[in-house]
Amino acid sequence: MNEKVLEKLKILAESAKYDVSCASSGTTRKGKDGALGSTSGWGICHSFTEDGRCVSLLKIMLSNYCIYDCAYCVNRRSNDIRRATLSVAELVNLTIEFYRRNYIEGLFLSSGVLNNPDYTMERMMQVVKDLREVHRYNGYIHLKVIPGASQHLIDEAGLYADRMSVNIEIPTETNLKFLAPEKDHTSIFNPMKAIGQGIVRYREEKHKYRYVPRFVPAGQSTQMIVGATPESDRQILNLSSDLYNKSAMRRVYYSGYIPVNEYDKRLPALKQAPLVRENRLYQADWLMRFYQFNVNEIVDEKYPDLDLTIDPKLSWALRHPECFPVDINTADYAMLLRVPGIGVRSAKLIVMARRHGSLTAAAIKKIGVVMKKAQYFITCRELPVFTVHEVSPDYIRTVLTVYPVKQKVPDGQLSLPFVDDSVL
Amino acid sequence: MNVSLYDKTFDGLLTAIFDAYSLKCFPDVLLGEGEPLPLFTQHSFTVVTSSKKADRVWKALEKKWSDPGCRMVRAVWLSGIENADMLLFRYMCKTLDRQESIETDFADPLVTDLIKLAGSVSREAEYVRQFVRFRKTRDGYYYAPVAPKYNVLPLTVAYFRSRFGDQLWVVFDTLRRYGYHYDLKEVAMFTFEEEIPGVFSGILQPEQMDNEEEMYQDFWRSYLKSLTIKARLNPKLQRQHMPVRFWKHLTEKQG
Repeated sequence: MNEKVLEKLKILAESAKYDVSCASSGTTRKGKDGALGSTSGWGICHSFTEDGRCVSLLKIMLSNYCIYDCAYCVNRRSNDIRRATLSVAELVNLTIEFYRRNYIEGLFLSSGVLNNPDYTMERMMQVVKDLREVHRYNGYIHLKVIPGASQHLIDEAGLYADRMSVNIEIPTETNLKFLAPEKDHTSIFNPMKAIGQGIVRYREEKHKYRYVPRFVPAGQSTQMIVGATPESDRQILNLSSDLYNKSAMRRVYYSGYIPVNEYDKRLPALKQAPLVRENRLYQADWLMRFYQFNVNEIVDEKYPDLDLTIDPKLSWALRHPECFPVDINTADYAMLLRVPGIGVRSAKLIVMARRHGSLTAAAIKKIGVVMKKAQYFITCRELPVFTVHEVSPDYIRTVLTVYPVKQKVPDGQLSLPFVDDSVL
Repeated sequence: MNVSLYDKTFDGLLTAIFDAYSLKCFPDVLLGEGEPLPLFTQHSFTVVTSSKKADRVWKALEKKWSDPGCRMVRAVWLSGIENADMLLFRYMCKTLDRQESIETDFADPLVTDLIKLAGSVSREAEYVRQFVRFRKTRDGYYYAPVAPKYNVLPLTVAYFRSRFGDQLWVVFDTLRRYGYHYDLKEVAMFTFEEEIPGVFSGILQPEQMDNEEEMYQDFWRSYLKSLTIKARLNPKLQRQHMPVRFWKHLTEKQG
């Protein structure tokens, strides 16, 4: 361990940073006596970088050499960047030492494609195997699957990893072919299917036998790049919805496209990553996973894109004023969830609290309901004042739209035009 | 105004409840023994802690509470803030008075206050689990200083025990001057009588550290630096997730 490893660590972290997934959640495994590591259900974030993203896992690439030339990727073979490959022993040692100091919750291993997918996958497996078998490491492992990897490798890897993921990157195949000619959807969806089947198989066998080795206990996830290609939010969310329903998918991540290869004319020229759109997509995703929304309720032919100025739940409520106002004291849980300003936690608390007596506006405020939004959509013991029917949906939209705060420049103050650093 | 004086232990608090019911006299203020009495004291009563009485009260309470409910009460007690004991006293009395559990009556301000305080204590415990950083010392121990707002170390020991089962570790609260230590068999609490340089300040001298310790700290700092996406800088968000009061013991914020 020396300068060389430090150099490699820097290069490979740099290459891995655009992968957004960093969750260490989804599985609970108690520590074993005399062994290192445990996982906790919700996952733990151990640090936060200056961009405010959580660092839970040691997110790193085994190698950033790659035989592919995908337009959206920093590590494409035509890019002139520093390249490095960590040896299995170096990476295992780094993981263990970081883990012992409580820096990380586990390992997130990804890699560029060396020689061919199976060759790369085998090397990644070696790291995971060494951790589990030689070092008796019991912490979290997220293993990225290289598109095109063989079924038998995935079946084996699933026994060691907690979570596995194959990135879709571009939601439609034509656009994927356009930006990444060497990739296609078969090479992505086949491994994904293999993982999904493995999970289903495990669930079935668990009922039959006393001991079945766990297979990817934290499920699988995937990632899509948003804004690099012209797909609508409807296409993206429909794909996510299919994945959640069909492939035993736990999480879909959306990554606002950051222009990393500006010279490539196939990509749009953006001044900034589409952060607001990314945020709205996550909100829509949450609606599907926790709020019992169907994807067609969030986006449809008439509204193929999400409203950037208000959140998707409020947007749904304004399109459906006939569902409101909702009586807090009688509405069922599913309907409470649909009220803007009431989250999963608040809805659960309301359902429990109203068994003790009817709730007033002050009480639900104390429970944690955001009254600024909810007031237009609910009634409780008090009479409704301004529900969505008294004031129009348009009025509510204007009141609840958040505009970015502009700094006011006092009159008569001289302003010096500084050149923007990013232009230089 | 009725005042009860007790010894500021949890058993003392439970005894105070027992006595209040047996004397039919409920205190408006709870004070520690020897604290000056408020101006308008009509009646003051000194509670003599008895584990027998405390057990009886606890058993009655336990019957009505769920497991998370019990954990919540423990968290509120550990907060150690000024009026936490009075809050608990009132909550416990109300629990005893009612037929059914009041735990889920979230419209009751007493319950919401308790949940709020318990929540902020558990959050602090979660912060400790997140931001504890072990440093390897010359003699093979992994040492971590912490300085949490509330006395949450007892809530986090199980985590360290389960996770670091094969290494010698010490977690030390530099504000409250006690800690836990694990010798590969069991966890024990300890206190230091006299000041030990490095341990109390939380900053180890190079000669106290393992040979490779500084190298790994460097690795960690450089790793985080490379991981940052410059196009998305957002220091405000970083501070929101990682409160500045933890930075003094964070490896990545030193050096």
